[in-house]
Amino acid sequence: MTKPRTLFDKIWDRHVILTRGEQCLLYVDRHLVHDGSFHAFNGLRARGLKVRRPRQNFGMPDHYVPTHARTASAAATPEIRQMIETLDANLTSHGIEMFALDDPRQGIVHVVGPEQGITLPGIVLVCGDSHTSSHGALGAFAFGIGQSENMHVLATQTLWQTKPLKMRVSVDGVLGRGVSAKDVVLAIVAKIGAGGAVGHVIEYAGSVVRALSVEGRLTVCNMSIEAGARAGLVAADDATFAYLHGRPRAPTGEAWDRALTAWRRLPTDEGAHFDHEVALDGASIAPMVTWGTSPEDALPITARVPDAKPQALAYMGLAAGTKLTDISVDRVFIGSCTNARIEDLRAAAAIAKGRKAKVPTLVVPGSGLVKQQAEAEGLDRVFVAAGFEWRHAGCSMCVGINGEIGKPQERIASTSNRNFEGRQGKGVRTHLMSPAMAVAAAVTGHLADVREMM
Amino acid sequence: MEKFSTLTAIAAPYDPVNVDTDQILPARFLKMPRGQGKHYGSFLFHDVRHADDGSLRGDFVLDQPAYRAARIFVGNTNFACGSSREGAVYTFYDAGFRAVVAPSFSDIFFNNCLKNGIVPVRLDAEICRSLRALLVAKPGTELTVDLEHEELRTPDGAIHRFTLDGFFRELLLKGLDEIGMTLDLLPEIERFERAYAAEAF
Repeated sequence: MTKPRTLFDKIWDRHVILTRGEQCLLYVDRHLVHDGSFHAFNGLRARGLKVRRPRQNFGMPDHYVPTHARTASAAATPEIRQMIETLDANLTSHGIEMFALDDPRQGIVHVVGPEQGITLPGIVLVCGDSHTSSHGALGAFAFGIGQSENMHVLATQTLWQTKPLKMRVSVDGVLGRGVSAKDVVLAIVAKIGAGGAVGHVIEYAGSVVRALSVEGRLTVCNMSIEAGARAGLVAADDATFAYLHGRPRAPTGEAWDRALTAWRRLPTDEGAHFDHEVALDGASIAPMVTWGTSPEDALPITARVPDAKPQALAYMGLAAGTKLTDISVDRVFIGSCTNARIEDLRAAAAIAKGRKAKVPTLVVPGSGLVKQQAEAEGLDRVFVAAGFEWRHAGCSMCVGINGEIGKPQERIASTSNRNFEGRQGKGVRTHLMSPAMAVAAAVTGHLADVREMM
Repeated sequence: MEKFSTLTAIAAPYDPVNVDTDQILPARFLKMPRGQGKHYGSFLFHDVRHADDGSLRGDFVLDQPAYRAARIFVGNTNFACGSSREGAVYTFYDAGFRAVVAPSFSDIFFNNCLKNGIVPVRLDAEICRSLRALLVAKPGTELTVDLEHEELRTPDGAIHRFTLDGFFRELLLKGLDEIGMTLDLLPEIERFERAYAAEAF
């Protein structure tokens, strides 16, 4: 009998071209590039190299794009405009398919990849962005890389990698009312710590994970990197197949049937070895918010600011013992690769309906297609009626490099993934939470328990 | 890539855990060009080192006279976590650093170091703590990173063994270009692709 293997082992084994000591030359099925990838293209040019497999590469601007308009000329500064135009030129000259700013399919790479069926079970997908871990939600081995590695993939369609260790995070039970995928992953990161999964690939398992939609799984896998993990994975199942069927880049006809047969063999075998096992009880997870400057600083909304990490508390302008629900906010951001898919917007709209924002609130869909869908469902009108700003797709205030940032000492309730010092602008204080919780903050003006509004 | 041999240089200690790459290189500098006289060195820990009015605070370790010539950085657990920005490595490199020592690194930063001529040295948390204590007690202390023998040595004669994957150790020691080496393997990559395509759905 063959040794039982994990989902990750199976993907890894299938992609190893050759090994040199501990290093494996790994085949890359699909590579996504964005408007921050210019060093990689510059390097390629300096070496006189071509893109080896242009058809396995896809590109789109997302980090630097303006969200109030759909032209590069609307960018906040000439330097930012240049970033978008440089990507256009690089992709065009190398023959890489592009979802340009004026293309309705444009959006955040980690939203567009699954949406277009570029992300598929069992593939190796990489991108020069740490939140590439998102794509593991469809059962792909997907991880973020640096720009030298981008260049290596462009030139060779391969990467040198050491095989990571394996961790299984099982979330069993049933989630309570008002508790979402974002709360689950914040609870996981709080439990294992910001560095708890360094050197590991996490496979998420358990009844809670199985019950999550593909979109919810994308939220969970997205923040794997916030626990230090190389990647996050969820075994593909009928929910995944239903999500993928008919997507533009997914296989069709007989190829679809063959793919399904192959994909059904991918889940972890009974008895396969994991280096670490972590378990959480889904029923005990409450809506979560962060209070500090690391995603691991997350607590249930019913808690108080802990007496810990004095430097983080000083930066956040918080006193230990303060009830989290007593923390007022100045601004709300709903968006990012973590929480800007249609389900996130539906959850946000359900709370926003009939209520009014007390602070400026920005809603930035994850892609042009998410935007279209939201508008078809009338979600945009709910947001606008609540006094929120409804924008075009992009990374926006998650990283702020398109110029959309907060002011020093401003406190922001955000559905993004990082509350690092200065992440949303110098001196800005970020509290991470789910879309529903962000709306609860928007309409009350302070961190609030969304369960009381449902 | 520049060859790395043995480096003996002043080392700078930095205690915080989970230092993220947004601290090392604030995102607004990511669009800056590099090369042809353009450097990232002045961005290193920019917002930690500068007050809101742009003036240098002076209290950051690298701004204290004894550590200004540091070329080795000794950090703490989960060093350089968060964003994959390779610019975080460029800032260290352009500021003169050729080795970073820590109990653990984010995987992406670790790999980015290997591609840019910086040696990431993993040592036990307790050893890193004692190294940082030594560097605080005796500012300007020089450490030696010997990649060939995989040793970090202190002036008092202590020798700390570390390991780095042989493949990347050789690339760093010889200053080899990884892409050129991979392209030499093209026949094997193509053979893999043919078999892979045959079994693809």
